[in-house]
Amino acid sequence: MDVWSSLMDGFATALTPMNFLYAVIGVVLGTAVGVLPGLGPAMTVALLLPVTYALEPTSAFIMFAGIYYGGMYGGSTTSILLNTPGESSSVVTAIEGNKMAKAGRAAQALATAAIGSFVAGTIGTALLAVCAPIVVKFAVSLGAPSYFAIMVLALLAVTAVLGSSRLRGFASLGLGLAIGLVGMDSVTGQRRLTFGQPLLADGLDIVVVAVAIFAVGEALWVAAHLRRTPLHAIPVGQPWMGKSDWKRSWKPWLRGTAFGFPFGALPAGGAEIPTFLSYVTEKRLSKHPEEFGKGAIEGVAGPEAANNAAAAGTLTPMLALGLPTNATAAVMLAAFTSYGIQPGPQLFESQGALVWALIASLFIGNLLLLLINLPLAPMWAKLLQLPRPYLYAGILFFATLGAYSVNLQAFDLVILLVLGALGFMMRRFGLPVLPLILGVILGPRIEGQLRKTLQLSAGDPAGLLSEPIAVGIYVIIGIILLWPFAYKLFRRNRPAHKPLVPANSGAADYSD
Amino acid sequence: MTVVVGYVPTPEGEAALTQAITEARKANSTLVLINSSKGEAAVDSRFAQEGDIQDIEQRLAGQGIEYLIKRPVRGHDAAAEVLDAAEEHNADLIVIGLRRRTPVGKLIMGSTSQRILLEADCPVLAVKAGR
Repeated sequence: MDVWSSLMDGFATALTPMNFLYAVIGVVLGTAVGVLPGLGPAMTVALLLPVTYALEPTSAFIMFAGIYYGGMYGGSTTSILLNTPGESSSVVTAIEGNKMAKAGRAAQALATAAIGSFVAGTIGTALLAVCAPIVVKFAVSLGAPSYFAIMVLALLAVTAVLGSSRLRGFASLGLGLAIGLVGMDSVTGQRRLTFGQPLLADGLDIVVVAVAIFAVGEALWVAAHLRRTPLHAIPVGQPWMGKSDWKRSWKPWLRGTAFGFPFGALPAGGAEIPTFLSYVTEKRLSKHPEEFGKGAIEGVAGPEAANNAAAAGTLTPMLALGLPTNATAAVMLAAFTSYGIQPGPQLFESQGALVWALIASLFIGNLLLLLINLPLAPMWAKLLQLPRPYLYAGILFFATLGAYSVNLQAFDLVILLVLGALGFMMRRFGLPVLPLILGVILGPRIEGQLRKTLQLSAGDPAGLLSEPIAVGIYVIIGIILLWPFAYKLFRRNRPAHKPLVPANSGAADYSD
Repeated sequence: MTVVVGYVPTPEGEAALTQAITEARKANSTLVLINSSKGEAAVDSRFAQEGDIQDIEQRLAGQGIEYLIKRPVRGHDAAAEVLDAAEEHNADLIVIGLRRRTPVGKLIMGSTSQRILLEADCPVLAVKAGR
């Protein structure tokens, strides 16, 4: 009953007029950036970080949560109407969704996506409310060696499992860890990677790094590819569903939720794998397999539910362990730090009111999203007519303003531009951005746990293996790292089969 | 002899195209169709769809006129693209479609047609869509 009463307290906080207003702002902004390809919730939260310094942390997080969920809803609109996924997690939605829209069933596709997202989001949030305290109970018993192992697992898994190229993933992770190292060593006070520059002694501000990589890097990248042949959005009226659509949708919604939540909650789950699994499952179980590839509603309902459930799942390790597994969660974690709140298992204890208000606001946000997405879908599609130069000029302006306002130092603008150029080059050479941002955010915390472990064991590396959970996790890490080699051996005398997702579903895998 | 027509998939654009075909047949000249977009927004409804363009090609071929369809996407506005094409092909006539507007509406909104009318070196024929 403890969870229940805490959650009710959360609702009481989240429903105060001010917080409710921020929830509305959050979901509207989130849907907008979700609809626009290339803009994602991670970039938006990063841009808003400096702006929200003046707010109550609770209000700020309620807004961020709205943006996060809203991005998931908005992404599907673009996928269905334009065949260009707004977010990487809605790549799979585009396969069937766009076919449905072309066949004149855009309204049904949008409806099943929005209602499915609502169902999955609500169930996922409920699971989050139930699971997170359990994970916390388990987590407080963990010592530094286990923590270190879990964080290493998260970093390696995100790097090695997601994304197309491991080499590029690890290159990006290395860059991130290096950026995270800049500044004064917390134990010995030595200066690392400061190049004699006193302004670097405090390290790079995470807000500046996030804004540079997400906003400036993306803006430069778009500026370099400004002119693209315009696409045609399929015109759509009010989304609605007939009786048979409901009948065919509800099971995929529930199955999608079942895929999405656990994958989201795992370190390195992400939303892409469960959406794909859900698609394949629906294809196999469908009573209308002949419709797949021509616009089957199950192929929209399942993956859309999966990505929203995964979004809720991702918040479980973020809130319970302080372990982000996607870019938005990583930036939200950085936001905790910048409010002086220590993320980790003690968060539920020390900031209980904030956490429960956040979870309650997720329920509210979900309902709001359903309300603004169902009747207003045609209006959201209009956003796609926005000329990119205006949009990105605005983003650059906010990025610069934000980076300067963090410390009121002109030097931060130099860092912003340098890292923005780095973000641009990474996109140019296909390096994923997520490992970098996780490296920057988790790097110092990993180092802290490593130092603690080694101090406890008086410098003996064997201390890293002193807890059974840690050993178990290292085994998993070993499997993840060796898996591709084993797979290659296994597959040597088998013909490769074709990928199920068409190669042209060009969602940028950094926009998540 | 060349007729340049600025085409957009709207009633005004259709009216301009129909008129341009008549003019091209009368003078037995080449028809150059311009349908451009700045390419700055993800979606541009004034950039014709592939299917529309194929329909137009069939229509032009059926009329037995020489034609050239250009769909530049290079960040120039439609007026610049039409004027460019007119200069490049030594156009004898430019055909454009006009929207019906009140004087106040005209004052507030800038217009592609106005720029073509002011800057073109050859006669410009402005057509309105039937009510």
